[in-house]
Amino acid sequence: MIRHALRGPSLAVVACALALSACATTGDGAAAPDGSDNAGADADRTMARGLDASTNLDPFPSTYQPLPRDNIAIVGGTVLTGTGQKIENGVVLVADGKVEAVGPASTPVPAGYRVVDARGRHVTPGIIDVHSHLGVYPSPGVTGMSDGNEATSPNTAQVWAEHSIWPQDPGFNTARAGGVTTMMILPGSANLFGGRSVTVRNIPSISMQGMKFPGAPYGVKMACGENPSRVYGSRNQSPATGMGNVAGYRAAFIAAQDYREKWDKWRETGEGSPPTRNLQNETLAGVLDGSILVQNHCYRADEMMVMLDIAREFGYRITAFHHAIEAYKVAPQLAAAGVCADMWTGWWGFKMEALDGIEANTALVDAPEGSCAVIHSDDARLTQRLNQEAAAALAAGRNAGLDISEEHAISWITSNAARSIGIGDETGSLEAGKRGDVVIWSANPFSVYARADQVFIDGALTFDRFDPRYQPVSDFELGQPGFGLTAATVNEGAR
Amino acid sequence: MRRFALISLTALALSAMPALAQELTAITGGRVLTGTSIIENGTVVIQNGRVVSVGTGAAPSGARVIDARGKVVAPGFVAVDAGLGASEVSSVDGSDDLSNSANTISASFDVSYGLDPWSFTLPVARLGGITRAIVVPNHAGSGGGLHQDDGEVAFAGAGDGGYQTPGLFAGTASIIHLAAGSDILVKPRVAMVAPFGEAGAGIAGGARGAQFVQFRETLAEVRLYARNKAAYDRAGLRDLSLSRADLEALIPLANGDMPLIVTVRRAADILQVLRLADEEGVKVILDGADEGWLVASQIATAGVPVLLNPIENLPGSIETRASRMENAAALNAAGVVIAIKGNGVHRAREARYNAGNAVSHGLPFEAAIAALTVNPARIFGMGGQFGELRAGAAADVVVWSGDPLEPLSSVTAEFINGQEQSLTSRQILLRDRYRAGGRIDGGMPVAYGQ
Repeated sequence: MIRHALRGPSLAVVACALALSACATTGDGAAAPDGSDNAGADADRTMARGLDASTNLDPFPSTYQPLPRDNIAIVGGTVLTGTGQKIENGVVLVADGKVEAVGPASTPVPAGYRVVDARGRHVTPGIIDVHSHLGVYPSPGVTGMSDGNEATSPNTAQVWAEHSIWPQDPGFNTARAGGVTTMMILPGSANLFGGRSVTVRNIPSISMQGMKFPGAPYGVKMACGENPSRVYGSRNQSPATGMGNVAGYRAAFIAAQDYREKWDKWRETGEGSPPTRNLQNETLAGVLDGSILVQNHCYRADEMMVMLDIAREFGYRITAFHHAIEAYKVAPQLAAAGVCADMWTGWWGFKMEALDGIEANTALVDAPEGSCAVIHSDDARLTQRLNQEAAAALAAGRNAGLDISEEHAISWITSNAARSIGIGDETGSLEAGKRGDVVIWSANPFSVYARADQVFIDGALTFDRFDPRYQPVSDFELGQPGFGLTAATVNEGAR
Repeated sequence: MRRFALISLTALALSAMPALAQELTAITGGRVLTGTSIIENGTVVIQNGRVVSVGTGAAPSGARVIDARGKVVAPGFVAVDAGLGASEVSSVDGSDDLSNSANTISASFDVSYGLDPWSFTLPVARLGGITRAIVVPNHAGSGGGLHQDDGEVAFAGAGDGGYQTPGLFAGTASIIHLAAGSDILVKPRVAMVAPFGEAGAGIAGGARGAQFVQFRETLAEVRLYARNKAAYDRAGLRDLSLSRADLEALIPLANGDMPLIVTVRRAADILQVLRLADEEGVKVILDGADEGWLVASQIATAGVPVLLNPIENLPGSIETRASRMENAAALNAAGVVIAIKGNGVHRAREARYNAGNAVSHGLPFEAAIAALTVNPARIFGMGGQFGELRAGAAADVVVWSGDPLEPLSSVTAEFINGQEQSLTSRQILLRDRYRAGGRIDGGMPVAYGQ
């Protein structure tokens, strides 16, 4: 929980670590955090609203409220817990939106719980997509709707993906129908620093704030490789090369270190004028203090190794490499460094840095002790079928001679995914105390024929394949061609 | 060290040599999907590159027997709208022979000359059970289709950087087989390609109305040219807007002999295309048809087949707002002959998953198999030649560990024209190189291993 309170800018950390509640609630820009050893001095340094980041760590706070819910008991299904367990004829109890108990058929169901019959079906944690552009690159992808890349400067750490999200993107609904309950939405990869990512609960909402995952840490999107050097090189601007990319990361962290020191010094001494708040450096200072997670688009193994050295140089951690096409070449190093690799199974060959993509990538990355292998989408279509992408990865792993169970492989799109975006203590597995994010599948989710029948988020039914009352429709979808029509001749239902 | 490496490489190459196509081979005991039916515990006999028989009898004496008990035997899949063999790395211009921007070589652009039998995309597709492909050119002015880059950073496409404005047509498609060897071309110039809808409108000047008028005018010119070649050659014909090569290429289209693959998505555009085809006597194949389910009966009545991707269920553009996962099922139920596409050149192998998703959204399983096999063969005029397991057809046979539409199933044996294919690819070599954690015995870099 401490981590969540600290997700604001780094400069607040020193002051706030001693007084979490004060920091979290001091949003009016007037008061200084108390409990610090120089509270009196702080009072003399009151700044105008918005000039001191530490006075409002959360300027766009989540207003997410779980949807109406009952206490439920999901009984009779094959439960894949996300922690490596498989329970036949299992019981999953969800009370007040949290997983209360997971166990065998003998697990007692308290009175008053709504019983959901999952016999013949599979039960998993809600699917987590760690790499989504829903809302920022929504459907339709037309003029006026392409809001994912602030491709105006190689460093746009100051922009936040949440300010580009269009909550009416119909892709949120189709993702939910594929079992996706949580997603991290990122800026694109045109820049070395694309901006902050945001993690959302996948519920319909008028505002972005209404989806925002309470307490989830921010990430910063960094990008290696071809994209930044192509975008800026084509403008005869740096970076135009891989070495230009690296110089750009380092220059940015030098600036951020300097910025952080200036604030720390001013806070400590109160001498001179306060530094001018700089949103770009604020995000990167958050990386330096660990409150903002590095989500690093990086295809090639050699580039990953360079990025790890840069992180050591400046003393930050990389949480995950995304689109980690060549992660399998450095699987032991990634496991040792505790860095997640977020991968596709089937994507390769669309550019040189994707040349060596292999279907067994996830399985090979997964093999070493301490690894964190994740399957992601980066795509509004693929996010609907992450279970199938995991199935293809599982098959490739088995074909490579690895002994991988389904109860283990489900972690690639649940518990490992949660770890990869810093919410592993909140969701991603069916364990007592975790959020009640649950999918009931019509069949084994590693089958192409499996459909998500019911999807629960914080214990609330948010999608039901058989009940139109739980099939939300975005504003955009209303009244469009085909709206309200179904192909009458189509037989509903999976095989 | 190096010498050892070379020796083992040679050994590997020898062991990977395909079996002779002449050998009498019987694949027995499997669940046989013929493309048009299912035979339990079936026997498929092949010899001299062709299917000899499909039934339930015993293996003929003297035959090499492949035990397929517990497995599934299916025709090789036919990839439609795949750039296999004509595009190596999508973003590398010089390695992509799928589109051409010159407006003097539009309809006459012929992908068959750019085919590379040694393309590393072919073994990868083979491992997805694909044995044939319709290689369809992309229109230089119509964007990249399915491909979606990470982060949506668009590559500078053809048409940028001073190329000429492309004409209405993307060129002609070829049929290839995917067998190892030096010649993969089965038949060139099997269909003409042209985008309609938003992409076609963009080429014609911005609006759909312009494209339809331009299309009709073009056909009129082609017919005028075909009737007056001699006059044309002595410069006795009025100026025509197309090059001579393009006029020639379009004659079979104007005659109704060569089909036109029309990329079209919106229901209204589909109806316009059907009307145009009827009035001009042009044979069309719809490609995409995202909103086809809204006009399924009209497509069926017109007898027009559809190449589609059943996982297109989001409104990527204004012209696809009625996209539905049930599109494939609805078209099939209405009587439309459908073929199911993969996800581009490098992900052509995912056609089987796309078909599986169509099944989970209402398409009967056998119809899904047909949409990967016999339907595409028939749509491109190759019925009975390949795409089904029946006597006389090419011996394109794939043995699967289970249901071929399932991601957990894998190919265990594969024949193309009766020739057994090695089940490896550049990706498998990479996998095996790094499988042991990136080290080889003796501490040498993996580059010294195989």
